[in-house]
Amino acid sequence: MDDGRSPSRHTPPFRVIGTPRWKIDAAPKVTGETKFADDLALPRMLYAKILRSTEPHARVVRVDTSAAERMNGVRAVLTGAALPTPFGILPVSQDEHALAIDKVRFIGDPIAAVAASTEEIATDAANAIEVEYEQLATIASIEDAVASPEPRIHDYGPVGNFHKLIDVEFGDVDAGFSQSDYVREDLFFYEGNTHLPMEQHAALADWSADRKLTVWSSTQTPHYVHRALAKVLGLAPAHIRVIACPNGGGFGGKSDPFSHEIVVAKLAMLTGRPVKITLTREEVFYCHRGRHPTLMWVKTGVTNDGRIKGMHFRTLLDGGAYGSYGVASTYYTGALQTVTYQVERYKFQGARVFTNKAPCGPKRGHGTPQPRFALEIQMDKIAEALGQDPAELRLRHLAPPNALTANYLSIGSMGLGECIRKVVKASGWNERFRQLPDGRGLGLACSSYISGAGVAIYWNNMPHSGVQLKCDRGGGVTVFCGSTEIGQGSDSILAYIVAEILGIEPIDIRVVTADTDLTPVDLGSYSSRVTLMTGNAALQAAERAREIIGKAAAKKLEMSHDRIVFADRRVFDAQDPERGISFAEAVQLAEAAEGTVGTVGSYTPPNSAGKYRGAGVGPSPAYSYSAAVAEVEVDGDTGILRVPRIWIAHDAGRCINPVNVIGQVEGSVYMGLGEAIMEEMAYRGNRNVVHKIPSLLEYKSPTTLEMCDVVTYIVEDPDAKGPFGAKEVGQGPLLPVPPAIANAVYDAVGVRIDEIPITPDKVVKALKRKTAGQTPRFGPSAFPAVPWPETIHVPPPWEGGDGRAVEPVTAGTAFPEERQH
Amino acid sequence: MVKRKPPLPAKAHIRLVVNDEAVEASFAPHKTLLEILREDLGLTGTKHGCELGECGTCTVLLEGHPVLSCLVLGLACEGKHVRTVEGMRHGPDLHPLQEAFAELGAAQCGYCTPGILLTAEALLEANSAPTRDEIKLALSGNLCRCTGYIKIYEAVELAASRMRGDPTTPPEEAIYGRR
Repeated sequence: MDDGRSPSRHTPPFRVIGTPRWKIDAAPKVTGETKFADDLALPRMLYAKILRSTEPHARVVRVDTSAAERMNGVRAVLTGAALPTPFGILPVSQDEHALAIDKVRFIGDPIAAVAASTEEIATDAANAIEVEYEQLATIASIEDAVASPEPRIHDYGPVGNFHKLIDVEFGDVDAGFSQSDYVREDLFFYEGNTHLPMEQHAALADWSADRKLTVWSSTQTPHYVHRALAKVLGLAPAHIRVIACPNGGGFGGKSDPFSHEIVVAKLAMLTGRPVKITLTREEVFYCHRGRHPTLMWVKTGVTNDGRIKGMHFRTLLDGGAYGSYGVASTYYTGALQTVTYQVERYKFQGARVFTNKAPCGPKRGHGTPQPRFALEIQMDKIAEALGQDPAELRLRHLAPPNALTANYLSIGSMGLGECIRKVVKASGWNERFRQLPDGRGLGLACSSYISGAGVAIYWNNMPHSGVQLKCDRGGGVTVFCGSTEIGQGSDSILAYIVAEILGIEPIDIRVVTADTDLTPVDLGSYSSRVTLMTGNAALQAAERAREIIGKAAAKKLEMSHDRIVFADRRVFDAQDPERGISFAEAVQLAEAAEGTVGTVGSYTPPNSAGKYRGAGVGPSPAYSYSAAVAEVEVDGDTGILRVPRIWIAHDAGRCINPVNVIGQVEGSVYMGLGEAIMEEMAYRGNRNVVHKIPSLLEYKSPTTLEMCDVVTYIVEDPDAKGPFGAKEVGQGPLLPVPPAIANAVYDAVGVRIDEIPITPDKVVKALKRKTAGQTPRFGPSAFPAVPWPETIHVPPPWEGGDGRAVEPVTAGTAFPEERQH
Repeated sequence: MVKRKPPLPAKAHIRLVVNDEAVEASFAPHKTLLEILREDLGLTGTKHGCELGECGTCTVLLEGHPVLSCLVLGLACEGKHVRTVEGMRHGPDLHPLQEAFAELGAAQCGYCTPGILLTAEALLEANSAPTRDEIKLALSGNLCRCTGYIKIYEAVELAASRMRGDPTTPPEEAIYGRR
């Protein structure tokens, strides 16, 4: 599937690419003109409210809506019986109902809904609905779910309350350990946390007199909402239009189709009036889909110089009450360990359990910050045990560029070495690491992230992103694309790329996005896919338009087509720039010659090299790389941790707009800092699993007073698969931050905090253990017994593998370098 | 057909000055300033993140001072001056803060931006050359989940400098990172 695109095909200098400029939606955003979903209102609009479960796990015996129905101003009341079809983001986990049918699975599970003339009446009416529950035993934690196969939260999954079990081995890791000079095992825990977008989810539905449905929603994935609405409502997709409003922050939390989107659609159909819902902040906490709490066991064997001979990774994810993206999340906890440092043999066992808590799903970094936290702390421990500098150790064993990993991920450009060197130099690492006074420390960590997932959420062989482009006689261009602006700048990327190719300015381009009636499908704003995938689709559409327009211009100018240049809103002779016509005139000539000037472009990622079960998660057209050094100050008496500064370098391939790249890096560092030191989805310790803190005040996130200074370096190692070489930047720079901080805490006070958030109480406990002569550590102490399935054996590429699973063989073959001896 | 009673006519009525324009509003007396601005006056530039006074998203200026409009009753605004993000522009021109925020990408999703802009405007009104720490303190009640605040500080500093008459360009590091 390699389209032959190479970085050399688009080489600097560029006119638009790489130049700092306003995002095309900057002015509407700083003036408050941008319309978010809750800013919309339609004539005769009703307001909806959802009644949610107050029980964590119960049968719903009876729902009595009669009192609500009698209330003045109530137009419709809905229960699960009206929406019996299940849905869910993944085809393998269609386990949600818009409103509970017979069972509730967490506090906050939707049960009934009301549409009324005002929000107040809707709220009163929802509260007037009586629900009779029959309580079931609660599954409150990972350990609980493993130990309690009954009662089952769902009636699917491999066994008991397991949702997913994975066991795959790339080469014989035990043989790898026996060839190692040093082998260690560690346990880690990464607490769950939530996206906390400032915008509460909102949706507005309109059922027109011609029986067509329109839904406006704060969603990152209008295409998937479109599919879910069609399925649950039983409507033809052709009669449903989903418009994703600009999201007031997403971070993965608006990537699932949600109950409230289906509910307002159904209420609009029942009442014949537009219906809007805006979730309360408390409800946003119940929608969740955030970071999975993850318990990890890691065994790694290295040679004396730190070469990883074998790595065995076990993860156990607390999925909460529903499937969401969880199967993919589970695979992701085992996917990207191999793309930073060369791992010769690798084994991954992953499991996800259901618990009676708000469902977990994809949050910035999706399933990879947890294992990255474990891996980077373990690397720090290994370096210390071997008496080596952690930066040097990593630099010596970088995964090679343009190569396959043990688990068949195809690395293209790989700028991690340069990233490490940047932050090492900037932070004064060589002079300061292990040399700062007690209470102050430095820590290093690295990471990598995908630039879009290689496989769609549902299996199909269509493009992942499509663009249509229309050229106007006046010289304006309209770009249509299904991609969704969530603040990351995706609308602007389309304009910049088309402007670059057609020689016009971004202001000349109107971008129409995220509207299933108007725009070709793009799968959505998740997995850091948009710049690379919509970028390539836009590039193709623009180049096709340039071809048509250039041909007409060349004919008029009586010169050969290959001398035509598009720049400065003109089309002209490369050798005689005076000889040319305006872009608008060239469009008119093309329209006269060929008819309406419109083109399409699309992008399909390359096929995965891995052919084993589970090989769909992890492959990406390109991988970004990051390295970070954190500086911390730890108060030995109180355990209070301050992070004054983080140095970070990120390999983004190529900056389309550098100021936006820096913004994404800083935002990622911020979110990683919050996860590292304060953010957690905390539930009450008793078995009621009530969320302790579903509010912006009590859920602690960094304010200006906790945010650290960030020194950012951009490394540009263009990747052949990216538009102009660009890779992702929106998620990857989060990943090294939590482990860099944990490693810095160790440098500061000599205790290992093997779980996040690193709160003062944990630091104090570890310091007390240190004083008492015990292991100076805070972290998990056991990994429960999991009924792992039969191992899938896939020989790595250097052991003769072709990406397919094989029957197990006994003796592991040697790594290529050793075979050369 | 169930016979339904019409709701009681129980609206309050006030006069206030919003963005230098005298307006009147009639609303259910429990409504907050946030709701009146968004629902009764059509000024949806003011956003909300919690409606509980926790996040700063709904900040507007009341008599020149930043307030959380979700905690201010509309009835308390009789005769008062309110400034929202819609009032920041000078005619067709952006306010220097708006300009700087756009230039540095200090608005990513843009949802917390109106509240932050108004808080920053009040700060610069009182202190034309705030230090980084003074900016942090002034904005400590406004949550932003996108930017990590850094571009916001840089934009406030840039705007402050320009408002003092210094035709500053942004620091190169803010745009390209450190090189």
